[in-house]
Amino acid sequence: MIFKPLDKDKIFEKSGNISELDRREFLKIGLAVTGIFAGGSIVSAVSAAEKLFPRGTYAEKYPYKPHYSMVIRVDQCIGCRRCEKGCVATNAVPDYGWRTKVLEREVPQAIGQKREFIPVQCNQCNNPPCVRACPVKATYKDKANGIVMMDNKKCIGCKICMAACPYNARYFNEEKSAIDKCDFCFESRLSRGEKNTACSVTCPADVRVFGDLSNPKDRVYQLIHQLQKPVWVLKQETFAKPNIFYMKG
Amino acid sequence: MEDRKRSVFISVLKDALNRVFSGGPFYLSFLSLFGILFIAGVTSGIYSIFIAGSRHAYGTYREIPLALLIATYIFFVVTSTGLCLVSSIGHIFGVQDFMPIAKRAILLSVITIMSGFLVIGLELENPFRMAIYLFASPNFSSNIWWMGVLYSFEVVFLIVEFIFIMRNNHKVSEAAGLLGIFFGVAAISNLGGVFAMLQGREYWYGPYLPIFFIASALMMGCAVIIFFTVIAYWIKGDTIDGPMTSSLKIVGKLTILMLAVIMFFTIWRMVAMTVGGTEKLLVLDALVKGPYAFNFWVLEVTLGMIVPFVLLLWSKGRRIGIMFIAVALMIFSTFFVRLDMVVAGEIVPQYWEMGVKEFSQLHTYAPTWKEILVALGGVGFCGAAFMLGEKLFNGFREAPGVEEAKIGKADSEL
Ligand code: SF4
Ligand code: SF4
Repeated sequence: MIFKPLDKDKIFEKSGNISELDRREFLKIGLAVTGIFAGGSIVSAVSAAEKLFPRGTYAEKYPYKPHYSMVIRVDQCIGCRRCEKGCVATNAVPDYGWRTKVLEREVPQAIGQKREFIPVQCNQCNNPPCVRACPVKATYKDKANGIVMMDNKKCIGCKICMAACPYNARYFNEEKSAIDKCDFCFESRLSRGEKNTACSVTCPADVRVFGDLSNPKDRVYQLIHQLQKPVWVLKQETFAKPNIFYMKG
Repeated sequence: MEDRKRSVFISVLKDALNRVFSGGPFYLSFLSLFGILFIAGVTSGIYSIFIAGSRHAYGTYREIPLALLIATYIFFVVTSTGLCLVSSIGHIFGVQDFMPIAKRAILLSVITIMSGFLVIGLELENPFRMAIYLFASPNFSSNIWWMGVLYSFEVVFLIVEFIFIMRNNHKVSEAAGLLGIFFGVAAISNLGGVFAMLQGREYWYGPYLPIFFIASALMMGCAVIIFFTVIAYWIKGDTIDGPMTSSLKIVGKLTILMLAVIMFFTIWRMVAMTVGGTEKLLVLDALVKGPYAFNFWVLEVTLGMIVPFVLLLWSKGRRIGIMFIAVALMIFSTFFVRLDMVVAGEIVPQYWEMGVKEFSQLHTYAPTWKEILVALGGVGFCGAAFMLGEKLFNGFREAPGVEEAKIGKADSEL
């Protein structure tokens, strides 16, 4: 046999190659790549910029205001899936679709907890492949807050955005006759004055920290800019520049 | 004057209808078969999209959103551009041997592109919104948007080209033909781009598909025109002779050449995949010895490449029957090439690399009957329109170039 597709070590090795280009890309949004982690690259607090400038001046570099982001403290997740239920109830997600999902991974070699839960959802990418692909701008990136939204009445249902999304974040919603996806609860909560998303509110373990990456006082900002713990994103190699960050602890 | 025009038109139509009805039992039964397929396909599509909902009616789902119907659409529209290219060799670039097939190729080009539109129209969830928002809310960075625009232009120019070539107005026809080629080639390379620009899909991503589509189009154009020309002569009850013989011979040669090109494309793509990323390796594995191995080795490689290549060489461009079998196999096989290309790009789960339970297996896809019917509806439309076209235009008896070539020959014999 000439190749071993399932050779996990190889895969990790591959994601270990973080090129200079990647590093620079991350620096652009204020993060430095500090290491690697299974399936994702670890990006972390950057400090080169922050040492030069006081906090706050640097924050202006985030493209949106507020720059909505979420940090998922992945090792805290107990797999109760209350976030899924909260999302379904808040956003009328039908039983055949999902906006957020908690994935499960066996880690036999781990000490203690042998299972790991990884919540996933739309990453509200800064360079969203779905938005580029949509022929009629039915999906678009909000200019103010960076949320990737849907304009249901325009959606022709070509489903190319579903193929384009690297995170499997989109599905066709029959009732809306349009694509549906996570909008950080913009329609159901944020636009009505709420400050947090349904998944974050319902999580009993404080896994999902939602907030404004451009505000140094915000917890999201602080978690991402701390120096002790690694932070990473999923599928960084697609250059979609996601806004969902993962970390442990 | 108007009256006279109308009466001429009516009498032409009457003649054509007479020819249709006196086409003989074979002709009529095939025509009805295609007609039934067309109606069944359209009914199935309308039912699936507007009544049942595609989620219930079609085999596509969240992880495999694009499948059989997109593949059928690609199959038709790539063929259309190929036919447009093949017709142009004679009628625009003046290569005599390609003249006799020109008119039929243009008509078939129009028919196949329409068949493609029909199928994609029954695949889109909201085809009517498209008519509005393609104009009202264009996204210039979207390949699908460009696809809509470029193909619309192509079809218009193809129709103009056909009308004027039938009226023997070669100037207008050539100009329209040139524009048709331009938009056709732009459209199919852009169609490759629809897939090639999805950076989240390793198997599709990269410049391969746009280039492959152009080469593949020319190959299909050749194969399809041979296939339909032979059938057209059966319908006419004529034997292929004179300039058409030498035309088919040379088109056959071009077919062999293009088939060889496609074979090399395929070989290099597979070889290159062995050093690709995880997704590519998984797809390669699926194609070479996994669930798609039958499609790949039997339908794509054996029936679509090796057998036709041998048959075409063996026929020496003279034994029309053998050529016919070869091109029929190629056309059949190309359908699966399109299907595999579309589906294989989606079988590796997006979260595969994380090794999670939910996405630890490759996605599978099987078309439903309703989906297959829609695809067959496209085939039905194509077949029926071709058969009617043959009668309406009286088998292109005075195809351009046939006369000229005859005269040319006579001249040279003098
Ligand atoms: S995660 Fe997918 S749906 Fe969300 S913005 Fe990125 S590409 Fe679009
Ligand atoms: S399915 Fe709708 S949102 Fe997605 S690309 Fe097509 S038109 Fe845009």
